[in-house]
Amino acid sequence: MSVAVPSPAAAIAAPRGKRSRRIAGLPAPLVAGLGLLALFLLLALSADLIAPYDPIFQDAAARLAPPSFAHPFGTDNFGRDILSRAIFAVRIDLQLAILGVVFPFAIGTVVGTIAGYFGGLVDTVFMRIVDVVLAFPFLVLMLAIITILGPGLQSFFIAMALVGWVSYARLVRAQILVLKTSDFAVAARSLGFSHPRIMFRHLLPNALTASIVFAMSDCVLVLLSGAAISYLGLGVQPPAAEWGIMVAEGQGFIARAWWISAFPGLAIVALAFAFSLVADGLGELLGQRT
Amino acid sequence: MTALPLLDVQGLSVSLHDGRETRHIVDDLSLQVGEGEILGLVGESGSGKTVACRALMRLLPEALSISARRITLAGDELASLGVADFARVRGRGIGMIFQNPASHLDPVMRIGAQIAETIRFARGASRREAKAEAIELLRQVGIPDPARRAEAFTHEFSGGMRQRAMIAVALASNPKLLIADEPTTALDVTVQAQILRLLTELRDRRGLSIIFVTHDLGVVSQLCDRIAVLYAGRMCEIGPKRAILGRPRHPYAAGLIACQPAAGATLTRLRTIEGQPPSLHAMPSGCRFNPRCPNAQGDCRSVQPPLDPVEPGHLAACFHQVGTTPRLGCAA
Amino acid sequence: MSEAPLLEVDDVTVRFPAPGGGLLGLSRREVKAVNGVSLTVRRGETIGIVGESGSGKSTLGRAILGLDPVTSGHVTFDGARVSDGRRDVLAGLRRRTAMVFQDPANSLNPRLTVAETLTEVLRVHAKVARGAEAARVAELMRLVGLDPALGSRRPRDLSGGQCQRVGIARALAVEPDLVIADECIAALDVSIQGQIINLFLDMKERIGLTLIFIAHDLAVVRRLCDRVAVMYLGRIVEEGPTEAVFAARRHPYTAALIAAIPEIDPDLRLPDAPMGGEPPSPLSLPPGCAFHPRCAYAQETCRTGEPPTLRRQDDHGWACILPPGTLSSPAASTLGRQPQELSA
Repeated sequence: MSVAVPSPAAAIAAPRGKRSRRIAGLPAPLVAGLGLLALFLLLALSADLIAPYDPIFQDAAARLAPPSFAHPFGTDNFGRDILSRAIFAVRIDLQLAILGVVFPFAIGTVVGTIAGYFGGLVDTVFMRIVDVVLAFPFLVLMLAIITILGPGLQSFFIAMALVGWVSYARLVRAQILVLKTSDFAVAARSLGFSHPRIMFRHLLPNALTASIVFAMSDCVLVLLSGAAISYLGLGVQPPAAEWGIMVAEGQGFIARAWWISAFPGLAIVALAFAFSLVADGLGELLGQRT
Repeated sequence: MTALPLLDVQGLSVSLHDGRETRHIVDDLSLQVGEGEILGLVGESGSGKTVACRALMRLLPEALSISARRITLAGDELASLGVADFARVRGRGIGMIFQNPASHLDPVMRIGAQIAETIRFARGASRREAKAEAIELLRQVGIPDPARRAEAFTHEFSGGMRQRAMIAVALASNPKLLIADEPTTALDVTVQAQILRLLTELRDRRGLSIIFVTHDLGVVSQLCDRIAVLYAGRMCEIGPKRAILGRPRHPYAAGLIACQPAAGATLTRLRTIEGQPPSLHAMPSGCRFNPRCPNAQGDCRSVQPPLDPVEPGHLAACFHQVGTTPRLGCAA
Repeated sequence: MSEAPLLEVDDVTVRFPAPGGGLLGLSRREVKAVNGVSLTVRRGETIGIVGESGSGKSTLGRAILGLDPVTSGHVTFDGARVSDGRRDVLAGLRRRTAMVFQDPANSLNPRLTVAETLTEVLRVHAKVARGAEAARVAELMRLVGLDPALGSRRPRDLSGGQCQRVGIARALAVEPDLVIADECIAALDVSIQGQIINLFLDMKERIGLTLIFIAHDLAVVRRLCDRVAVMYLGRIVEEGPTEAVFAARRHPYTAALIAAIPEIDPDLRLPDAPMGGEPPSPLSLPPGCAFHPRCAYAQETCRTGEPPTLRRQDDHGWACILPPGTLSSPAASTLGRQPQELSA
């Protein structure tokens, strides 16, 4: 009866967590994503040194050249080096992804905090505006605004800010609604703290986690819509190098010269991948902290 | 206690492997529960009382590993059972109720259906039989108008009624042992009294054995036959209720009894145990209570005291027990 | 009374719109959380407010501090009426009062360190000069029995008891005339509860703290409080000096609460017939005395008409039609055993 059970530990439960692997105490996806982003940043900063050719230099002798030792990614129909253009495009596309998120993020969190905190009429008004913005398809609204403002990067950022903030406002508002009934928020009120102090020092920092994670994945969306809008000719203007434009330019030659569209396309995927890795890792890191 | 205890646990440990180190949340816990007996498992937060109970039910996250020299329920070895076989034990041998019934009952399933499902799973009863039996169970746990209330959802029940419903769900598989993990902590005192009354009635009527986990010595003193006191994952003292409450030997058990607010006049200071329970990451060596213990001496800091009998059925893990060791000053 | 009371609560009612309220909010109902409560707190006094969940005790505490709006009635703090919602008066109230919360971890901002939390209060209320803040923070931490070295920790690195001490230190940083502690020990371990109770007793002696101690645990209230008010479904059903209430309970609900305290006495059996039922929802209060569905002594008059008003004898008030002494007799200590005899 009292026979010792051989290693019941193994029989009962296996010690295995669900967390991803860690590198230097940080989630592996975060480290990998940040590493990839750093690589892109390095490319952007040192484009002049790395790129073998000038991005708008046209070599009439080497039009539609397939990938070779001289042109690793090939050339386009103007004889421009795809690799060089792709490297210079990092500058614009990084700017696109980051600035296209920063403005909506800033507007959205402030609006969401105020709406959630005060509630009532303020909340109703802001949330109806959110509903109206959300009622239009995202790209259609973007295109409409950019058409009114005139094509260009600046218009793109303004349109992004006008359209993109609603997601952040909704996200932050939902968090604030929960947080403002928590004891520490009531404590702050009972101590006579001012509304701005309670909102921005006590509530917002605790509500940001989800928004920051969302912002990272939003970078992917912004990047893709930036590329799409440039593709439609409303964003970055030729002859500047931007991945979306490059994909568009290669469209007509896709059967004869696949490399014109393929490499910039891969670059978009790689940068999007980096952002989504960061989003994943950040979610894990911040999620367990709070 | 009868000759053969219903539940016999020997050397139960639950540990967390964190990189290089292994931390014991529950360390070498042994206890028995007799048939029809109510054992009070007392300890503060972090004492491992809840983890130990969940280990018995194998309801722990995967990151924790469980080991035991022996766990038998009515003579059947449990520790070596595979997952499928254990599911049957969980269903029939041991039932469990929790502190927060709302989160352990299915919110979108009618109460009666939840009980009936368990009955059918455990005993293969027909739909109709199971339903009739579910209503009978609800009646037994003191729910008025059980036929009608069986059609209700969890959110339509008050806190006390939810706890009764959860007891009914746990009893549906007709277990021999009920593990009650702080089932009255979230309830109002008057409702708590009702639930405690119900548990003793169930013991008397069905011969149910109960492990009652709580931090409230007052509840234990009225409900339980025997008491086990846990501190930082280890058993300090176990024995009959009267022995523990009347003549506690372990300084922690004695301190816990002394610091209950129930007795004492207005505006008098409460006795307290100074300091904080140790964290899992910084367990003191030797006796885990030694940094807070008034009786601690050199050996307490280096050697872990064994759980030795003080008198038949009463065991304590302490070198310098309350009421037996001469005061330091006198001993010199 | 020689001195004007510090706090006067006069016939205060707090109502909330009930969640839901049906289609288009047409059938909107109200939760009557606090129902015509009057209470007087003198300087240096500790008053315990006890009751079960839904009794309105926490709402009352929050209404006193203007954290929940008062529907009708008045709260007067040190001569100034604070329940009218005037911002300057409210700001004045908050400079002189503070609250301690139930959930020690949740009542602190998880992103701020202990020192940051305390410094912020000092700064907002301009309690000390800029350079002297660190010293005052250390002083406050020592006052509540915390090692000032813990100042750089965040709440998640502290135990529940330590968090609660920080909560108390934050309250004391205001140098309040009145502290309202809302179930502030319910989430703590027994051995830590005693430390917090003793801390309050110390504060009472050393700085003459006036304290409203909201709790469901009568045993703790008995240790700490000079006076006690028992609430049931938004009303005070009994109120008076703690010892008088415990010795001569005059409301059956108080008696049932006291009987339900689990005393540590292995010879004490569980009551054979504990008081049945649970508090009804504050959404639909029963007519008459709200306690009558659970009351072993309920008579016909209790089931209809107006709820009984607070009767007073000396300093002891109770809202029940039973003659004093009914519950103090030995036979009544096991309340509810022969309810039929009495109601017949």
